[in-house]
Amino acid sequence: MTTAKKRDYSLVGESTRLAIETGLASAEWYHTDVPRKTMKELMQRSDGPAIRDTIIWIVAILGSAAGIVWFWGTWWIVPFLFVYGVLYGSSSDSRWHECGHGTAFRTRWMNDVVYHIASFMLMRNPVQWRWSHARHHTDTIIVGRDAEIAVMRPPDLIKAALAFTGILDFRYSLPTLVRQAFGTLSDDEKSYIPEMEQHKAVIAARWHMVVYAATIAVAIALRSWIPLVLIGLPRLYGTWHMVLTGLLQHIGLADNVTDHRLNTRTVYMNPVSRFIYWNMNYHVEHHMFPMVPYHALPKLHELIKHDLPEPNPSMWHAYREVWPVLLRQLKYEDYYLKRELPPTAKPYRGEFHDLDITAAAAE
Amino acid sequence: MAEWVEACAVDDVDEEDVIRFDHGGRTFAIYRSPEDAFFATDGFCTHEKAHLADGLVMDDIIECPKHNGRFNYKTGQANGAPVCVNLKTYPVKVEAGKVMIDIG
Ligand code: FES
Repeated sequence: MTTAKKRDYSLVGESTRLAIETGLASAEWYHTDVPRKTMKELMQRSDGPAIRDTIIWIVAILGSAAGIVWFWGTWWIVPFLFVYGVLYGSSSDSRWHECGHGTAFRTRWMNDVVYHIASFMLMRNPVQWRWSHARHHTDTIIVGRDAEIAVMRPPDLIKAALAFTGILDFRYSLPTLVRQAFGTLSDDEKSYIPEMEQHKAVIAARWHMVVYAATIAVAIALRSWIPLVLIGLPRLYGTWHMVLTGLLQHIGLADNVTDHRLNTRTVYMNPVSRFIYWNMNYHVEHHMFPMVPYHALPKLHELIKHDLPEPNPSMWHAYREVWPVLLRQLKYEDYYLKRELPPTAKPYRGEFHDLDITAAAAE
Repeated sequence: MAEWVEACAVDDVDEEDVIRFDHGGRTFAIYRSPEDAFFATDGFCTHEKAHLADGLVMDDIIECPKHNGRFNYKTGQANGAPVCVNLKTYPVKVEAGKVMIDIG
């Protein structure tokens, strides 16, 4: 939406009021037509793929952790830190995400166990983030409503660059958990966590704190950094892949629209990144049909790609494409990257964004 | 007071599936379980406004298409965040190949 005013990203401010008033909040979103029978097949759950991937994941985590302990004090530790860091600090994000949706495994408790472990690795309150993610799906990149907008406008490029180091996220996540453990939820958090669930968020934060306190105690008792390098600190040194892939989900695209083809990006990625990211590179597809498990997203992509903007062929391509857009947003925050649709696609709907496209989109 | 209405023919619903039924300005969801029994609930999720008929039936669970909230469609029980409010259920009977629900 073209706005003369600065965007207000708080969830209880002016943009929130406007989004509710104009009907942008909780709106009806565009979906590509997929026959019910086909969609039913795509939505089918099974434990097999996620059990296989989770076994590989756990073995790789434990193996690289063993390497860190074994080679502690030598340079041989570096590749193990690299692998462990990415598994702990980055791949946990996609596990958190998919299991939060309940789509990774068919069996519910398996989703829940991995969800809680991954939430801990990410320093995310599992209760708070379940609700914030529900809001992200209801109001994707609606300013004043979406609690998970990674890069706000005008973009803070230093902050975005620092995100790769994990420092800012760490500085935000840990104090947030401490505050919540003391029983305080912010106004923004209260705006999307229902009252009856708020005490659960406090209890979850306390559990996380207990584990961190125990880790620190063990580190002191052993007079060793190893426990902290294995628990907690990977959130710093292993976050870069999560940021590398995750930033591309929505950065530089439209906001305040109700069509995921305009505000979400699908990027083709290499198989290793796709394993770490659990196919979330098919992000338009995921937002349109969050019921489809990660392992069925490539199939869904093939089925509906005629109706979607062409995916970026690589992460490099996507970043190169978005960089000039970000630079321009520094001056004109209404500017965004317009995704062209193929001739086979249904056109964008008018009610919220026809005018925006012509007014603010790329020349 | 009971008010039985015809919702659909038995064959309109696949096994382990759900369809939407609109009547008198209200929306219902009609389920056929894997054991070939029929059930009915309100058509909209209790979390936000999403048609449960677009969701996925697994055993005795209906999963909402919007945020994957899960209900037991036989009892209406909400199975945890993001669904916290139970779903209203309706009595169902099958007569002469027709699925009838009591919306009274
Ligand atoms: S609308 Fe059904 S779970 Fe959110």
